[in-house]
Amino acid sequence: MSREMGRDDFIISARSVFLNKGNRQKFSLLTLIIISILILSLEYFKSGPVNQIRMITKDVIIKSSYVASIPFKSISKTYSTVINHFNMYEEYEKLKKVEIKKQNLMLENNFFKEENQRLKKLINEKNLYNDEFYITKVLLDQKSPYLRSLLINKGFKHGIKLGAAVRSDSFFIGKIVDSNYFTSRILLISDLNSKIPVIIEPGSISAILSGTGNNELGEIEYLPENNKIKEGSIVYTSGSDGVISSGIPVGKIILENNLIKVDYFTDFTQINFVKVYYKK
Amino acid sequence: MSIINKSYSKFLAIFPVIILFISVLSNSKYNFIYDENFLSLKISYLIVFFWSLKRPEYFGYGFIFLAGILNDVIQNNPLGISSFEYLLICVLTAFVRRRIILQNLIYDWVFFLISILIVGSINYIILVYIFNIPIVYNGLLLGLFATFLIYPVLAKILSWIDNIVQIRINDKKKQ
Repeated sequence: MSREMGRDDFIISARSVFLNKGNRQKFSLLTLIIISILILSLEYFKSGPVNQIRMITKDVIIKSSYVASIPFKSISKTYSTVINHFNMYEEYEKLKKVEIKKQNLMLENNFFKEENQRLKKLINEKNLYNDEFYITKVLLDQKSPYLRSLLINKGFKHGIKLGAAVRSDSFFIGKIVDSNYFTSRILLISDLNSKIPVIIEPGSISAILSGTGNNELGEIEYLPENNKIKEGSIVYTSGSDGVISSGIPVGKIILENNLIKVDYFTDFTQINFVKVYYKK
Repeated sequence: MSIINKSYSKFLAIFPVIILFISVLSNSKYNFIYDENFLSLKISYLIVFFWSLKRPEYFGYGFIFLAGILNDVIQNNPLGISSFEYLLICVLTAFVRRRIILQNLIYDWVFFLISILIVGSINYIILVYIFNIPIVYNGLLLGLFATFLIYPVLAKILSWIDNIVQIRINDKKKQ
């Protein structure tokens, strides 16, 4: 008897939870749950009108999220400005030393560039990749254990395609993985799912650079067994995937407890503008 | 003057929703690295749980659904998964509201743990087994546990905000 009462009680509760629209509620819980399951199942359609509606929705939400995040950004910007003022003298002393080194390196770099062009001409090598790029603004950045990505202000309306390489200054930071009409998502090389073919110099050792979900260090995979990689070696993109051009610097090798890791050249938390490269 | 009063009352009535939307938009700010583990606090779970348990009348399910969609776009999750999770929390809290007469912090805290474990498991199953999105199990579990730990503190702050809102609303009604 009491068991029946309990069951009835439970059914009444369930009915009232799912179907009753409470005070000031316009939708019942059941309706909204069904709608969310329907939207979730539409994720399987990657093309056609469903995809177009999804892209427009994403564009609208990303743009409005950017506007809403402006106050938060200005607060963190003010904070970092204050911190920078405190560190100014120390930075100035460091930069004085760097400047002298930089001038020497620039002269050396110019020499190597000219030599490289001369040698390329000699062997009739054509540049397969285009150096054209768009400079775009970063709208939002996402850091979570599952996702390291940036949302940018240009989409496939501007010619941005999936797989396009993205740089911050001269350094490779990731590639386009999602392109809407007016916005795109960059998957950073630090993301867990990021796998980039790279080449390690000196030695021209090919490998795969994997993200770890951590913004500071990446991992090198599929190395030859008897490799002679030293600390401080530079990691460049190899271009062997046919999408990302070769020779873009990514980071430098550091050895940590006999593990080979990559210290990225870019601080992913400080990116405001990026260059999106595309193939001709 | 009455227009200002009216809009002020409306603002107070939607204040919990504003907090939820702020938490969703600034989601990336609640991530911390502890001992090489990434802790991602699910503040939005906490807010949905708290307000739908205490004051469901000021927390429209439609807004919760919208906040979920917003979260999915920002986090690059499959669209609809966060809405589903948030609404599931609402279902659980609605059950508790109907079953428990007297609420206290400890009951709420324990029930919050049960709710986020259920929702976290569903999140993991949908992402990993249906959409084949690899997620770090330890990270998810640590994040949920950290969210559970901060519940009493945030619940106190939210109760304090709720009291202020209620006092203002009552004052307006008396006028």
